[in-house]
This record gives sequence, C-alpha cells and structure tokens, in this order.
Amino acid sequence: MSTAAPVLVALAQILVLVAALAAVHVPLGAYLARTYSSPNHLRAERLWYRAVRVDPDAEQRWTTYLMSLLGFSLVSVLFLYGLGRLQAYLPWDLGFTGLDPGGAWNTAVSFTTNTNWQWYSGEAAAGHLLQMTGLTVQNFVSAAVGMAVAIALVRGFARSGTDARVGNFWSDLTRGVVRVLLPLSVVAAIVLMAGGVIQNLDPHTAIRTVEGATQHVLGGPVASQEAIKNLGTNGGGFFNANSAHPFENPTPFTNLVEIFLLLVIPFTLPRAFGIMVGDRRQGWAILGVMGGLWAASLALTTWAELAGPGAAPQAAGAAMEGKESRFGLAASALFAVSTTATSTGSVNSMHDSFTAPGGGMLLFNMLLGEVAPGGVGAGLYGMLLLAVVAVFVAGLMVGRTPEYLGKKIGRREMTIVALYVLTVPALVLVGTAVAVVVEPGLAGIQETGPHGLSEVLYAFASAANNNGSAFAGLATGTPFYEVAQGLAMLAGRFVPIALVLALAGRLASQTAVPATSGTLPTHRPLFAGLLAAVALVVVGLTFIPVLSLGPVVESLS
Amino acid sequence: MTIDTRSVPEAPAEVPAETRHRSKRSVPRALTWAQLRAALPGALRKLDPRVLYTSPVMFVVEVGAFVTTVLAVVEPGVFAGWIAVWLWATVFFATLAESVAESRGKAQASTLRATQRQTTARKVAAPQDTLVSGSRLDLLPTVEVPSSTLQVGDVVVVAAGETLPGDGDVVEGVASVDESAVTGESAPVIRESGGDRSAVTGGTVVLSDQIVVRITAPAGSTFVDRMIALVEGSERQKTPNEVALNILLTSLTIVFLLAVATLQPFAVYSGSRQSLLVLVALLVCLIPTTIGALLSAIGIAGMDRLVQRNVLAMSGRAVEAAGDVDVLLLDKTGTITYGNRRATEVLPVGGVTSRELAEAARLASLADETPEGRSIVDLVDSLYSTTGAGGTGHDLPPDAELVPFTAQTRMSGVDLPGAVRIRKGAGSAVQLWVHSTGARPTPAEAEELAAHVDAVSRTGGTPLVVAEQAGEAPARVLGVVRLKDVVKEGMRERFDQLRAMGIRSVMVTGDNAVTARAIAAEAGVDDVLAEATPEDKLDLIRREQEGGKLVAMAGDGTNDAPALAQSDVGVAMNTGTSAAKEAGNMVDLDSDPTKLIEIVEIGKQLLITRGALTTFSVANDVAKYFAILPAMFLTVFPQLEVLNIMRLSSPGSAILSAVIFNALIILVLIPLSLRGVRYRPASASALLRRNLLIYGLGGLVAPFVGIKLIDLVVSLLPGL
Repeated sequence: MSTAAPVLVALAQILVLVAALAAVHVPLGAYLARTYSSPNHLRAERLWYRAVRVDPDAEQRWTTYLMSLLGFSLVSVLFLYGLGRLQAYLPWDLGFTGLDPGGAWNTAVSFTTNTNWQWYSGEAAAGHLLQMTGLTVQNFVSAAVGMAVAIALVRGFARSGTDARVGNFWSDLTRGVVRVLLPLSVVAAIVLMAGGVIQNLDPHTAIRTVEGATQHVLGGPVASQEAIKNLGTNGGGFFNANSAHPFENPTPFTNLVEIFLLLVIPFTLPRAFGIMVGDRRQGWAILGVMGGLWAASLALTTWAELAGPGAAPQAAGAAMEGKESRFGLAASALFAVSTTATSTGSVNSMHDSFTAPGGGMLLFNMLLGEVAPGGVGAGLYGMLLLAVVAVFVAGLMVGRTPEYLGKKIGRREMTIVALYVLTVPALVLVGTAVAVVVEPGLAGIQETGPHGLSEVLYAFASAANNNGSAFAGLATGTPFYEVAQGLAMLAGRFVPIALVLALAGRLASQTAVPATSGTLPTHRPLFAGLLAAVALVVVGLTFIPVLSLGPVVESLS
Repeated sequence: MTIDTRSVPEAPAEVPAETRHRSKRSVPRALTWAQLRAALPGALRKLDPRVLYTSPVMFVVEVGAFVTTVLAVVEPGVFAGWIAVWLWATVFFATLAESVAESRGKAQASTLRATQRQTTARKVAAPQDTLVSGSRLDLLPTVEVPSSTLQVGDVVVVAAGETLPGDGDVVEGVASVDESAVTGESAPVIRESGGDRSAVTGGTVVLSDQIVVRITAPAGSTFVDRMIALVEGSERQKTPNEVALNILLTSLTIVFLLAVATLQPFAVYSGSRQSLLVLVALLVCLIPTTIGALLSAIGIAGMDRLVQRNVLAMSGRAVEAAGDVDVLLLDKTGTITYGNRRATEVLPVGGVTSRELAEAARLASLADETPEGRSIVDLVDSLYSTTGAGGTGHDLPPDAELVPFTAQTRMSGVDLPGAVRIRKGAGSAVQLWVHSTGARPTPAEAEELAAHVDAVSRTGGTPLVVAEQAGEAPARVLGVVRLKDVVKEGMRERFDQLRAMGIRSVMVTGDNAVTARAIAAEAGVDDVLAEATPEDKLDLIRREQEGGKLVAMAGDGTNDAPALAQSDVGVAMNTGTSAAKEAGNMVDLDSDPTKLIEIVEIGKQLLITRGALTTFSVANDVAKYFAILPAMFLTVFPQLEVLNIMRLSSPGSAILSAVIFNALIILVLIPLSLRGVRYRPASASALLRRNLLIYGLGGLVAPFVGIKLIDLVVSLLPGL
C-alpha cells in the first residue's frame, strides 16, 4: 500500500460523511425547530399525556421543568436498578443472574445520564429484557432529555419578559422521542440491517464449527439498538466489543452510517437554534465552531494514527493495534474522534491502543466538555454557555456591558455560567486525583507510568462528561470505580442541567435588548474564532498540568 | 456646615495645580513619582486581609505570600526567599494601584473640603410655613445661626461677600455668584428666583446683590458633601458589571486552585512530589492576578476621568450604563443649535428691492436688543455698507420711537420721524396690522408672501415679515427676513461618531415638525421629537425603554426632572434647578449638554479596559505554563525539556521569572488602568478585532518575551 492511499481513503470517507450531514442539515434543522415549536399534538402523544395525566400545554417555570426532569430521571434510575437486580427472576434473562448492587447502580446511572458506560460485557451480563425495556428505552429518553434541556435554553434566549417559563418538559420529552428519535431510528435500523447488522430475538446459540469446536453465536435485537445507540449519542453497545463487533458493525458502509448517526443530531441542533432565536446566522456561527473543533481534532488524530509515532507502531509499520482491519486506521480515527466529541462513547476500536498523541486528542475531545458537537442537546447547551463566557469578555471589549442574543449577561447569569464551567472539571480532576491516591483506585490501574494516569483521567473524563467510552486497561468493575464513576456521571449530568435550566429561566424573564451597530455581532467569523479559543483556553488551562503528566509525556517519549 | 467633626483629610497638603484649575478637557496625567509616594501609606493599609478579602484573587495571592513566607522562614533558602518577596510584591502592587487611583480623588476632595468652612447663616426668624416667596422676606428679622443647624425649608438671606450656608433655591432676588470652588470655572454666574437658574450650592460665594434662599438639602448631605464622597471613593460600591466580572475571576481562581491542588496527587503518582512553595508559585501565576489587581483601580479611575471633565456621577452604575446607551435625547436649543436664531437672508416681495427691505429691517432692529434683532443688524451691515448717503445711517434718529414686542401684538418695530412706521414680526401678526391700515394686497402679492413664508419654514427657519407704513397711506409688506437656527459647528461629525458607536440621537424641540425636521437634517440627527412637551419627552423615554433600550438625556429645568429621573443616564446641568440635579444621576458642572457624548465614551472606555485586561491576564497563562511545568517535572520526565521553548536557564530561575513577570506586569499596567485603553468610535466588530489583536495576541506573546528577559537577569542571582 502506498503512503498516499490511506490519506485518500480517509479524505474520501470524510467527504461522503460531511456531504451527507450537509444534505440533511437544513431540512432536519427546520424539522427539529418545528417539532419543539408546534402547538399541535399527535394522537399518540395525546393518548400518552392522558395516560400519565399531564397537561402538555402548561408552560412550566424553570424550577418546575427541572423538578419534572429530575423526577423522571429518578424513576428511570430506580426502574433500571430494579430491572438489573431482578433480572434472573424475569423472562428473557438468557440465564444471566441479577447484577450486583454496585453494578446495577452504575448501569442504572450510566444509562439514565446518557453516559452508557459499561463495566460489564453486554453478551455476558444483560439479557434481552434488560437490553430492550431497560437500556434501549433509556437510550431514547435520556437523549430526549438532553434535547429538551437544550431547547429550554434556546427558548430562554428566544423569549422575552416571561416569568421564567421555558416550555413543558413532558411535551418536550415526548416529542423528542416520538417525532425525532423513533422515526429516525426506524429508518436507521433498516439501513443497518440492510448493511448486515443482525436483528432477532434468538438466544445465544452454541454451534459446532466445521473444525469441530464449539462456538457461541450471539443473537439479539442489535440493529434497533445500534441505531439509537448512535443517534442518541448513547454508546452502550449490545456486545462488549461495541461497534468493533461484526454483528454490530459489519462493514465499512455500516461504519460510516453509524458515524453519520452519532453526528447528525448534534450538528443539526444549531440550525434549530438559529431558527428558534430568529437569526439563522447565529446557528451557523455555533455550527462553525463545533465543526471547526471537530475537524481540527480529526485532522490531528488521523495524522497521529497514520504517522504512528512511537516505537511499537514504527516497528510494525502502522498503529494497527486494537483496530479492526476491516475498517483500517482512518475509519477508526474518524469513528473515535466522532464518538468522543459527541459524548457517545461507542467504539469501533480500542482507544487505549491509539498512539499517545491520538489517544490524548480523544481524551481532550471529552475534556473540552463535549461541545464539538457534543451529545444530543448537551453539546448545544454546553456550547451556548461557553458562548456566554466569550460574550462576557468580548462584550466588554466593545465597550458595552455584555449581552448575547439581546440578553444581558449580568451578575446572576455569570454566576450560573461560572458554576457550570467549574462543575465538570472539578469532577474530573478530583475524581482522578482521588483514584491515583487511594488503594482501590490504584488497584484498577494495569499500566504503570504516564499511561496509567491517562487511563484514570480518561475514565473520569468519560464519566463526568457522560461520554461512556473507556480506555481499556483500567479495571472499573470494582466497587470503588462503580460508585465513584456513578457519582461523577450523576453530578456531571444533572448539576449542569440544573444550571442550564436556571439560566434559561433567567434569560426568559429578561426583556430582549435590540441589537444596534454598537452591539457585538455574534454571527461573524471573528466571534466564532473567539468562541473556539475560549473553549480551548478554558479547557487547556484547566487540564494542561494533568495532561502534561499523561499523554504529553507519553507523546514526547 | 457639619464638616468640623470630620477627620482631617489625608491627602497631601499641597493640592496639585491641575485640580484647582480643572480644565475642560484635561489630558490624562501620567503617573508621577510624587503620586506613588503619596499613595504608599494607603497601599500598605490595604494589605490588611480584612480589607483585601473583597478581591478574591488578590486574597488568594496574599494567603500564598503568607504561606511562602512561613516556608522561607522554616527552611531558609535563596529561592524560597525570593518567591516570598515577589508574592508580597504582587499583592502590594495591586493595593498600590487602587491607592494611586484613589489619591487623585482625595486631592480633589481636599479642595472641596476647603469650601466647607463652618459659616454663620442669617436665618429668617419665622416659622417655615408662614414664609411666602416674593413677599420681601429679606425685610423680616433674621437671627444668626451656625450653618450646620439649618433644616430643609429654612430661609436664609445671603448678601454680597457672604458664603452660601447650604444648598437651596433662590426664592427672591438676583445675584452674581462665584461658583469656582465647585465648578472650577472662575467667571461668576447669575442666580435668580424663579425659572431654571435658581439653584445655589453651599460653599459658593455671592459676589453682588442679595438673595433669599430656601434650603433644600440638610447639612451633611449637600451637593459638596456628595461630591467629596464621590471623588474620594469612600462610598464606592462595586458596580453590577464589576461584580459579574469578579464572579468570572473568582471561578477562574477556583478552577486553577483545583488544577494546582490536584496536581500534587498526580505528581506523587508520577514519582515527583512537588514542594508547596512551587505549587503556590504556580497557582499565583495562573490565577488572573493582572485584572484582579487592577479591577478596582479601573473603576475608580473611570469615575475620576469623569470628574476631570467636570462631570459628577452619583453612582458608578450610571457610568457603566453610559457605555450601553442606545438612544441619546438632546435638546435642540443650546445643544444642537446656538441658543439664538440668526438672520441669514432677506426675501423681498412685490417691487421692493432687497436693499429697501434690508434697510427697513435694520432700522426696525437697531433698538431691538434681542439676539435676533442684533443678528438682523449684523446681516444687513455685512450685506450692504449701510452708512453714508442714501442709507439711513448707523444710528436711529434721536426722536425715533421704539415699539417693543408684546405678547398681544407679536411684533415689534420703530416709529421714525415723518410718520414712517416699520413693523416686523410673525407673518400673521404683521399681515393683520397691514390689513388694519386699510391695505388690501392682491391675491398675487399674498401668494408671493405666503410662498416665501412657507419656504423659510420648510427649511427649518423662522420667517420674520417686515412691513412699512409711510404717513397715512396703507402699509405694505416689504418682504421676509429668514431667521435661522444655526447648527453648532462639528455637530454632524459628532452625530456620525454616535452612529458609528451604535447610538441613535433624537433631537427634542418645541418647534413645529417641519422646522424641526429641517434642522435635524442639517445637524445629522437621526430622529426628531417636535412640539415636545415634558410629558412627550417622558413618554418617548418610556417607549424606548420598553423596547429594551437605554436612554441618556441632558436637562436643566424643573420640568425636565421626571424625564431625567426616568432616563438611564440623566445628566443635569449645574446651572439648572435643584429638582433637575436631584433627579439626574450625573451633574455636569460646565452645563454643557454635548458632554453626554464624552460621558458615553468614558463609560465605554471603562468597560473596554476591563475586558482588555481580563483577556490579557488569561492569555498570559499560556506562557507561564511553558515556563513552569517543564521546570517542575524535568527531573522525572527529561523529555519535557522540549516544552522549555524559552530556554530558561534553570528550573528555579524559570519559576521565579514567571512569578516576577506576574508581579511586574501589574506595575507596568497601572498607568493604562488609570488612563483607560484608547477608545475611538468604531463599529463593534472593528473594536473587537483591534482589542483582541492588541490584548489577546499581545497577552499571548508578551510574557514569553518578558519571562525570557527576566530569566536572563535572574540567572545571574547567586544561590539559585
């Protein structure tokens, strides 16, 4: 293979991917905006509202919205916990025992928070009932919760002078599932099945191969879960090998489809945002920043993997360790960057085996706060809060007290944003610091030296940012990691959501200030560049010390 | 006044000359050694942690300085000693900046205090409710009381040579008053009862005549008292944006606290435990000390810049709001145009020549002392040399009889010997007079006149019709003199600047819509509020505010007070009534309404300075990481030497150099924070690009250079 060929393959599939994303951007963005703005309810939705006794037209104040969200999530956690614990007594258990308390807690939190961290192997621990009624249901609703929060924030910007009313959680949740995620998943699942992903309700069957050995052929409703796993930026695989497993992701075609699925909603939400705030250019600016950061990360990771610095890859001729040969380096890098940049966490290769700079980039993608483009909903609200920080500094530099989309960024707004910016880095740093000091934490680390630190940092970055992917090499199926990561996931999901909704409420009650030529324009490339810089600097300055002891030292070795 | 109980001012006894003679637009002063020396005691006092905790960033530095000092004492060493010294220097430079900023105000306050001598007031000895203005109150018996005992509503008599015992309104009489103690303007001003020139300020001196004043402010909270409190900054509260910025800075400090605190476990894991000294040094370098140190100095200096332009802001909030102003309301008369209309053209009708009309108009105006009358004489004199034969000469004949303007006739004129009567006035009034003399103009004549009158009105002028009657013959209309509001020079440029800043200007006038629009077009104003009553003004402000806009206006009259109170930035003229001064949130001692534009600029400059230094401060961190991190971990990870791109001489020197740079940059930026960054009206995009380039990129690059240079010196220190 000539050296130019992998680069060409990389470029070709990126081109196809970007073209597909571009093609659906405008129509899907408009559809999303309409979904959350329309006053009409579908008949199925009406039936559902009647069954659960909610009034979908009652506008909620941000506090009520938050309480509804937290209540719903609490029920989800309890339901999942029960399902996991009682698996053995329920049908379709495939003979698996119930999960132990730590594992059940970790899984319940993990799927409710859209993290989908898996300490277990799907094929060896979760039966069909748990997968379908527990995990897959959460794949839908946790994603819909993320979108609902983002939409509530967008409404905060778009509305003027309400008494902090930001929409109706139940309606937003229902519409997200019924009108967006379900139809798209059905289409995606059919495409994936056509591409060779399995979809059945078979138990795992033992067969005798021609050589006479016994082999377990796994079965299950994989395609349907695969679709929402990526579409909802969830990432919890049906099998332990996740999208590296041939039943989940058999061909380069399904691989590209899966990458498309995990990027499509995060990259489209800015369009809906632009439409809902009445200025599409604002959406373009946010999209530009997300796309720019994603592209830069992709370029660096692909370079690292193709160039393969480091002794082992140099000797082997390529950094193929831990990657599927049916996808190759470029498709693995593209998948890895997209999955870490979207808080998805599904993998088609083992991130632990990436080159030091490549693995460092994947880690950095998560530390960035999952904003480029981030998880469904979470990416948009994360980026909008960073935009508030950028506006605060830049707004001062044009000689006005800062305002974004006509809303003043004063003391209260800044307090909320400051707490938001603090939360996840605090969880990551404190979690990692504790893990490398206490005995049970150290016990899980299998590597020594800088790479061990990278593994722990990756685990906590993944949990607190609700990504869910893992640097294999860290044994996290222990009570310490199950509990610590569960806490990180929980706090990393719901503290930011509470702050975002509080901000939405504040913004919705403000009267909008009309823009003048003295107003900082937030749709121009200059501001987009500044926003990207703020994202990088905030993360960079926070994590440079620990990164320099992990991936940076590794890379320089 | 009650000032005798106050402590002696702390400012230097010698008041800087420029404070006494505050120039209208003084150039910002550079920082002098004398100022630094004067600020020294204040700077040391501010090191008290009980004071410093209000600035979280600097408080953290002080705690760090304390910890390193203890470490340096417990385990003496050259490196530890230097770090401790420079951390204290960092805190000290911050308090010095604030102290210097305050010292300027203190100097001004001490001059103002000098006006607050305890004086004796001649109080009218009668119950307040029995005193009726205008009933010759000065004839009532008076008692001498100390000025500090005066109550609101008391009435005092002040004669020439006496100092006004307190703030009040003149209720009787006219006097010239020397207000230089307050305004710095040496020319005396007239203060009279009734109207918009009735407010007097305590501490100013009556030069001539005698006035009766009703006290409007209790002793101790007079205008001068408030001025002193303001310029001294003793009542300074953090402004909303300053609080918001402080929150951002605090959260950055916490982020870095976390990053540094968790670095130790990582270092231990990596087998390279760090000393507390180095961790403290790293922390101080990373937290935004530059902006944290200069933040309050920037705020104080912003207020001070206003004071230098003779504007007193009653709250810092108003200064900040000034930067955000969207709409500027300006009175036409005296602000956009010279207060008086001027004659600019003569338009004869019928067979009359221009010269005939001009000379008649001139004669009618010679005895007219109004500015308009004088402007007609000036115009005619410049058009025609009216002296000499054929002309009517410079002077009126001695027996000419002046017919003054009255509200009933709405015209004025002159009766010359030989029964020649000339009248000038509003079109309808003069035409009525002409009609009364039996004249019956033909439709053509009437039409011609009407056309002229219309044309003048349409273009923003006021038509003045001139008519003449010789003997008993019917009078005839000679023509029209165009009186015009003359727009002040440079107004168009100023409004263009405002537009560039994104501010819409609205001219407020009592003129009719046609005239108003014509002047607005000439001056380049964006919008007009014509035939405006005070209620209209208030409505306009409310309407704009409901649309989320911030409104600034200037005003002086009592009827402006509601609008001043309603507007977000209300600048009251010092010559105005106390009601206006009470309602506004700023007072312009020069009484120059166009100063609103400068106030807006100062507000913007204040915000830009904050933003620019915040950006600079954060951008600095990149270089500091490059200096410190390799130095910390070089022993276990030699490969990190690649990151030592500044090629700093040794780990110790690298860390110390970063700390020194971090401290010195505060000192270097003190003058900038006092002066404010340069502001030129431009679009927001242009401003952002420029400031990002200078302070963002500059902040990224400057420390690389600075730390390297310091390292060259530090590496020569023995024992490092």
